[in-house]
Amino acid sequence: MAVCIAVIAKENYPLYIRSVPTENELKFHYTVHTSLDVVDEKISAMGKALVDQRELYLGLLYPTEDYKVYGYVTNSKVKFVMVVDSSNTALRDNEIRSMFRKLHNSYTDIMCNPFYNPGDRIHSKAFDNMVTSMMMQVC
Amino acid sequence: MEPGAAGAGGGALFLPLSDSEQQRYSELFARCCPPGAAAAPPEAAAGGSSVGELFRASQLPPDTLHQITEVCGAKRVGYFGPAQFYIALKLIAAAQSGFPVRIESIRNELPLPRFMALKNDSEIRYGNPAELHGVKFQVPHATLEKNSYKRTDEGDKQEPKSPPMSPICSPPASPSSYQRTPLSYGYGKSRNGLEQQHGAPYEVRHSTHQQDGPSSGNYGAKSAHARSTLNRSLSAEREPPDSSTHYADDPWRITEEQRDYYVNQFRSLQPDLNSFISGSVAKNFFTKSKLPIPELSHIWELSDVDCDGALTLAEFCAAFHLVVARKNGYQLPETLPETLLPDYLQAASLKPRHDCTLFDSYSESLPGSQQTRDFNRTEKTSAEEIPDNSALIQDAKKDDKQVLKTSIAIKPIPKEFQHLTVKTVAQESNALKARPRSRSYSSTSIEDAMKKGEEPPTPPPRPQKSHSRASSLDLNKIFQQNAQAARSGWLPPPPPALPPRPSVTQTEQVSEVELHPQMNRAPSQTEENSSTKKEVVLAQPPSKPVRRKFRPETQALENPELSPTINVTSSLPAVKPHLPVQKQSSKQKRAIQTAIRRNKEANAVLARLNSELQQQLKEVHKERIALETQLEQLRPVTVL
Repeated sequence: MAVCIAVIAKENYPLYIRSVPTENELKFHYTVHTSLDVVDEKISAMGKALVDQRELYLGLLYPTEDYKVYGYVTNSKVKFVMVVDSSNTALRDNEIRSMFRKLHNSYTDIMCNPFYNPGDRIHSKAFDNMVTSMMMQVC
Repeated sequence: MEPGAAGAGGGALFLPLSDSEQQRYSELFARCCPPGAAAAPPEAAAGGSSVGELFRASQLPPDTLHQITEVCGAKRVGYFGPAQFYIALKLIAAAQSGFPVRIESIRNELPLPRFMALKNDSEIRYGNPAELHGVKFQVPHATLEKNSYKRTDEGDKQEPKSPPMSPICSPPASPSSYQRTPLSYGYGKSRNGLEQQHGAPYEVRHSTHQQDGPSSGNYGAKSAHARSTLNRSLSAEREPPDSSTHYADDPWRITEEQRDYYVNQFRSLQPDLNSFISGSVAKNFFTKSKLPIPELSHIWELSDVDCDGALTLAEFCAAFHLVVARKNGYQLPETLPETLLPDYLQAASLKPRHDCTLFDSYSESLPGSQQTRDFNRTEKTSAEEIPDNSALIQDAKKDDKQVLKTSIAIKPIPKEFQHLTVKTVAQESNALKARPRSRSYSSTSIEDAMKKGEEPPTPPPRPQKSHSRASSLDLNKIFQQNAQAARSGWLPPPPPALPPRPSVTQTEQVSEVELHPQMNRAPSQTEENSSTKKEVVLAQPPSKPVRRKFRPETQALENPELSPTINVTSSLPAVKPHLPVQKQSSKQKRAIQTAIRRNKEANAVLARLNSELQQQLKEVHKERIALETQLEQLRPVTVL
């Protein structure tokens, strides 16, 4: 269960960012923003190799005492960043991967919509529903 | 009519009437007048009984009505002239708005008086063509559209619009029924609890009035805002949605006429009913309906069920239907209603899709190949192979999606595993279009699959064949030439390769099996061959039906010969060494020569095939490049 999920465009501006509403959302925005540096670093690290061979899932970007941040990059340099609560029962890597895969699938579906211009903010209800299902349930 | 007349009737009272009021009042007056007296309205007097009926329909208490009658001067004058009538109507409006019944209240700006349960033919007649014209729904272009759709919006004050609408009322016959049909059906849909919707277009055209009762019955249901006569009819349709949904009233159910209209529209965009409308074409089309983009985006999300960026006929009908419903004021649902699902729509009326038959032909040819596959090789790995081959073939798949979409005929293939296996022949397109999820997302697994794929379980190696005289006949070279020439396109192995061989049965299957040990001889070549051949194989079927006919043939040839392993190209190197095994000389020579001839023929065919496929590949590349440039243009300027 994620605490915050963000979709960042190639030019590093957010297409979609949503967090659990209880806490200070600004903090999550900041976290996502700083994680972009780590993402770029990881991308450039394998930059020499063919894009195809680069793994899409980046794994744990960096942990803090409260939460962990995971990253995922698509072939078109669209980044998905997920912030997960550390206190949560340790989510296995596979689960994180599957969550990213779902995100990627939904993102692809949005792309298929001809009324969506790449680079716009994402307003799709289907995408929202999918993200809601992945966010932590706030009691 | 007349403030002047009103003035004359009411002494020094100048009665200001707005345009809509004038229209309405004259209508009502004409109604109440005895028939035949409409010619000279100023002189006519409204029939007392009909006036009384009208006043009662205003649902005001009788005392008020008496008061009104008194105030307007009818009692004094003894009859309801136009002036009195208008004053009375104004007073009714005032009373309904809560003002006291006095002359002074008439001076206020009042909404139109409301009447319940009025039946009037002329009114309906007057109203219906106006309604239809006013609400013509024409997706391509409707100058009136703005008006009409504003009209359907709630909360609009429609009065200023009524004058422009009146000229429209005049030519009832001009719009084609074709155009009116969807409109009326749009209304039919939005009209809850009214039975006449299906008959409506026809009836309207013939100026009958079956909507009589219901439409007038909806008078009282109007919103507080006054509406002109046109709006009156409209509001009749905008009946609050609490009425029960009869079968025909389900707003999400497509009627036959609507379906025909949608199909015609589809045809105008895409002549082949079994093919797709690409996203951009559909976008232009639906943008003409002037709905806001977010709503159109939502409609697309709802209707494009398989999320492939293109609309089939069923999806198009659903989308169109949603647009029509939205135009008529319905809120878009969160999820697609059951009656708009493509399966439902297809089952309802669409002819069996052409691609279903194609699918059948594919499945005919494929199971053969599947069954002959090696049992060790799980279908999973074969499925994985397919993705990795597609990964080899294409790069920016998303860009190609829509391009290939048009060439894809197989659409309704279930997207699960079976889908993948079928796709051995139709893979390129399908990998793009339908969930390519198993694709490159887990890149590591793809590499694994690739490795697994290249490793066929080889049957026990045959005793190395000694080179017989025949082999020294450069048959090897010949076959190698053949192999080179037809490498990318050689699907079937040489048909009855080398029959005479005693240890090798005449069946091609066995010969094929034997060929496998030879595969090791050129593993890399095989691999390359297999991948390129796969490419050819994959690219081949989605293109044309003609080719498909050839395909099953070649595959039929191929299937019995295919070893359980997937590498058909193993036949390539395999054939070569096969030859040298000849023991008998002349007989085998002859056999070899016939085999050569046959191979050459097969070669020629395959070479032709190859060139066609290359052509196709070029075209696809071109399209892909075009899309990529487009994408680059669309992308905002980047620093990267």
